[in-house]
Amino acid sequence: MGSYVPNTEKDIRAMLDVIGVEKLEDLFRNIPDEVKIKGGLNLPEGKSEMEVKAIIEALAEKNKIYKSIFRGAGAYNHFIPATVGTVISKENLLTAYTPYQAEISQGILQSIFEYQTMICEITGMDVSNACVYDGGTAAAEAVKMIIGRKTEKVFVSSALNPQYIEVIKTYCFGNGMDLVFVPEKDGVTDIDFIKENMDATVGGVLVQNPNFYGNIEDCSTIADIVHEAKGKLVMVVNPIASTVIKNAAECGADVAVGEGQPLGLPISFGGPYIGFMACTDAMKRNLPGRIVGQTTDTEGKIGYVLTLQAREQHIRREKASSNICSNEALCALAVGVYCSIMGKKGIVEAATLSMSKAHYMADQLAKAGLTIVNKGEFFNEFVTESKACSCDILKALDEKGILGGYPIGDNQILWCCTECNTKEQIDCAVEIVKEVAAC
Amino acid sequence: MAVLENLKYSQDHEWAKEEDGVVVVGITDYAQSELGDLVFVNLPEEGDEVVAGEAFGDVESVKAVSDVLSPVSGTVVAINEELLDSPQLINEDPYGAWFIKVENAEGLDDLMDAAGYEAFIEA
Amino acid sequence: MLIFEKGAEGRRTSLLPSCDVPVYELDDKYTRKMELNLPEVSEVEVSRHYSELAKKCHGVNDGFYPLGSCTMKYNPHINEKVAALPGFTQIHPLQCPKTVQGCLELLCDFEKKLCEITGMDRLTFQPAAGAQGEFTGILLIKKYHESRGDSKRKKIIIPDSAHGTNPATAAMADYEVISIESGPDGCIDLDKLREVCNEETAGLMLTNPNTVGLFDKNILEVTKIVHDCGGLCYYDGANLNAVMGIVRPGDMGFDCIHLNLHKTFSTPHGGGGPGAGPVGCKEFLAKFLPDDMPVQKECGCFGFETAEDTMGRVKAFYGNFLVVVRAYCYVLTLGKEGIPQASTNAVLNANYMMASLKNDYTMAYDEICMHEFVMDIASIKDATGITALDIAKGLLDNGIHPPTMYFPLIVHECLMVEPTETETKETLDGAIAVFKMLKEAAYENAESLHTAPHKAPVCRLDEVGAARNPILRYVKAE
Repeated sequence: MGSYVPNTEKDIRAMLDVIGVEKLEDLFRNIPDEVKIKGGLNLPEGKSEMEVKAIIEALAEKNKIYKSIFRGAGAYNHFIPATVGTVISKENLLTAYTPYQAEISQGILQSIFEYQTMICEITGMDVSNACVYDGGTAAAEAVKMIIGRKTEKVFVSSALNPQYIEVIKTYCFGNGMDLVFVPEKDGVTDIDFIKENMDATVGGVLVQNPNFYGNIEDCSTIADIVHEAKGKLVMVVNPIASTVIKNAAECGADVAVGEGQPLGLPISFGGPYIGFMACTDAMKRNLPGRIVGQTTDTEGKIGYVLTLQAREQHIRREKASSNICSNEALCALAVGVYCSIMGKKGIVEAATLSMSKAHYMADQLAKAGLTIVNKGEFFNEFVTESKACSCDILKALDEKGILGGYPIGDNQILWCCTECNTKEQIDCAVEIVKEVAAC
Repeated sequence: MAVLENLKYSQDHEWAKEEDGVVVVGITDYAQSELGDLVFVNLPEEGDEVVAGEAFGDVESVKAVSDVLSPVSGTVVAINEELLDSPQLINEDPYGAWFIKVENAEGLDDLMDAAGYEAFIEA
Repeated sequence: MLIFEKGAEGRRTSLLPSCDVPVYELDDKYTRKMELNLPEVSEVEVSRHYSELAKKCHGVNDGFYPLGSCTMKYNPHINEKVAALPGFTQIHPLQCPKTVQGCLELLCDFEKKLCEITGMDRLTFQPAAGAQGEFTGILLIKKYHESRGDSKRKKIIIPDSAHGTNPATAAMADYEVISIESGPDGCIDLDKLREVCNEETAGLMLTNPNTVGLFDKNILEVTKIVHDCGGLCYYDGANLNAVMGIVRPGDMGFDCIHLNLHKTFSTPHGGGGPGAGPVGCKEFLAKFLPDDMPVQKECGCFGFETAEDTMGRVKAFYGNFLVVVRAYCYVLTLGKEGIPQASTNAVLNANYMMASLKNDYTMAYDEICMHEFVMDIASIKDATGITALDIAKGLLDNGIHPPTMYFPLIVHECLMVEPTETETKETLDGAIAVFKMLKEAAYENAESLHTAPHKAPVCRLDEVGAARNPILRYVKAE
């Protein structure tokens, strides 16, 4: 039997004597016999560390690791510097609880303060929270932020990641908010629809940039229309892209949210990831979740604390802006280390490499006979169309250990490149695609 | 605990006084001292209707939020925006730091006078 | 010093190769013009910066951590090792199911095991944390009533001793919260419950053992009263560490539950997350579960299915998968006997500490407790002015993480102690001595306790100033 219980028989006897009971079962005398489990759990016997390791390694081996990955669609295979993994394994940080005892949690609090600053730098916004679960829940929380007291609906772009749309729908099924989906036109949000339908009953608009198809949206124009009608603009942004394309603040967004996974977290079959949320100073009290602030101690020394806590569930209970408690703090730490080690230059390089490789690949695929569906500028994702069935293309790539793009319908594929994709990998993938497309 | 002569008081520790045809509302010295250091207030918007005995806003300390209940019914014609930036004014000068001004106010006569309120908080 | 205040202009690391394809120039209209003030530091500066930050933190491996309702048990190293396997970390969530059979098999097998532990029929791993699990569970209840056309059920009953996430969750799902006062024994007052249960009741949210560390012995009656009025019962798994393998929420009459894998199942808290909040339910609620349920098909291979009347998604993909891997490793290790053994010893350790301290401290509920107990500091405060906060800060100077303070709200000046099963008797004895010493200090040297901690990296911090004039980010000095 495996166990992490250190109590010996002798310890247990001594402890029971102090408590004043005869046997361990006496500690459970308040539990009615009729509900107690009879005959133990129907589970296998516990195992040694060696056996457990072997079992789980065997499961991991049943998964296919691809040598090259051209799939994004919400999870991005960027390079992760070795320092990230080393830092987040430090046990004082890894095994600590939420930093409610500020005096012995300064390391975690400071790392969150630094993370908040980095998110503000990337998005250009004034204030960031300490993170939420992932990009989808960040988008859903942002929708809640712009539901005004006197408005009844929110516009959401149909060109948003479909999984995020589902999360927003679920959150709004919860709160009864009316969602209107703005149709897409040529792969981007239909701005005319917003122009025609925006009025005082609309709390605001949520749009993703670059959107699900990789297209860069004309967010500045959308911002003008939304603000004209006194609404708020939420932008769901890719943090790496935001270092080279016009960021949320430059576009005029009131709230910027997104998936922080590209900043130093492995793709890990979908989690844990991290949702970042930032906004203008005017909206900071609508932000959900924890926020760290700088202050001083009784001797005047600078320190950090959780602040503006009256927004949160443990104080405001049913009137809180969100029920979030645990977040993804260790992932925020990873983002902080990533942004530090990559630095001002490195992160822009990762963005430029990703964008350049995607454009190179798009050019090569076009030469191979596929149609590039994107009409305007895109960042590191794009959509192709071909006569050949997407499944045949992806199967041929799979056989060579390549994870192709994400299929959309029967004939379209959403491709993604990052700095991890070498020219050689791209050329090899294109060659395979070309053969299938020619059949 | 300061209780001013010329004001009216509710059992929920708000004060009210009539001034130029509108009723000015705030929280009492007793209330601010019970609440401790205040760090933020949420106020209604001009034009909102308030109802006597119902919350029109709230005040936050570091570890608590408390509703502020209106002592009168009527329409909000002004809010004290200064409190949004300087909530400490409520702790420093509770009878100067008004929250809202209410027009067409009803219910002022139902409130306690200073002597009545003093007896109420002693009880 | 912040990382932004370190380094020098132009300093950098060499992590990425040069571009092997033509560099793409984006249309100027879409190009970022704003400066990007991220750090410019060397690798050694980054390493030392975070080593320095780590020194200013207290984790489970730094010392005793009896934080009530948080279950700060030891986080086994093997869990970390297996969660870091490339066969998990390098798997894209949108790979074809036939290439992720290992992930799916793990999820399916763990679902079965957690259903056995909790007495549920199905379980989803999608929720990222306890609060999101609560939201998912409450949506199961909402979907259930809605599917029956029972639209008048708008109220969720929650005891006043509940964690703040319970009422916040109910409100998120647009329910009115009916708070009921706990009885003098800290448990549900059956008469009060009967009074509020009616045809508008959607359900009840409850932890058992409750937040004062007592098992509600009337639990079968409690769940029956709610069921009799047509409501459903939700089990908040925050306190499952007291009863794993001893009693199951499903057998107590609960219809759905969430678990905190980061509490009960030994995964690290990471300074506030990531956790995982899987949600289990009885068969009749399974058709409402979130999208993408892993299943084993008739052919034996694994895939995903969408529940018939799914609530949709609460999160992208399948949950905090690597956290789930860690917890799976823990359950395989403990197995049939190790699981009840963990709970039994958690309860033993709590009762040992309580019994050893009850001559010095008033216990809010002086009877056999479960995995945690609540100390009432009111009498010490009345006599000396020393508060629960002061005792907590005094513990910091003695290398002990304080218990949870000022929770549950029904005991005003309280400390809630949860030692967990992974602590040795020697550690408990050491902590007991410190608690006794602090009580003496309250009477003999109150001033020193008022200003504690004295040995931490900083003294008490100005929280009022932080909230009045929030400084929420670093701004580079001009």
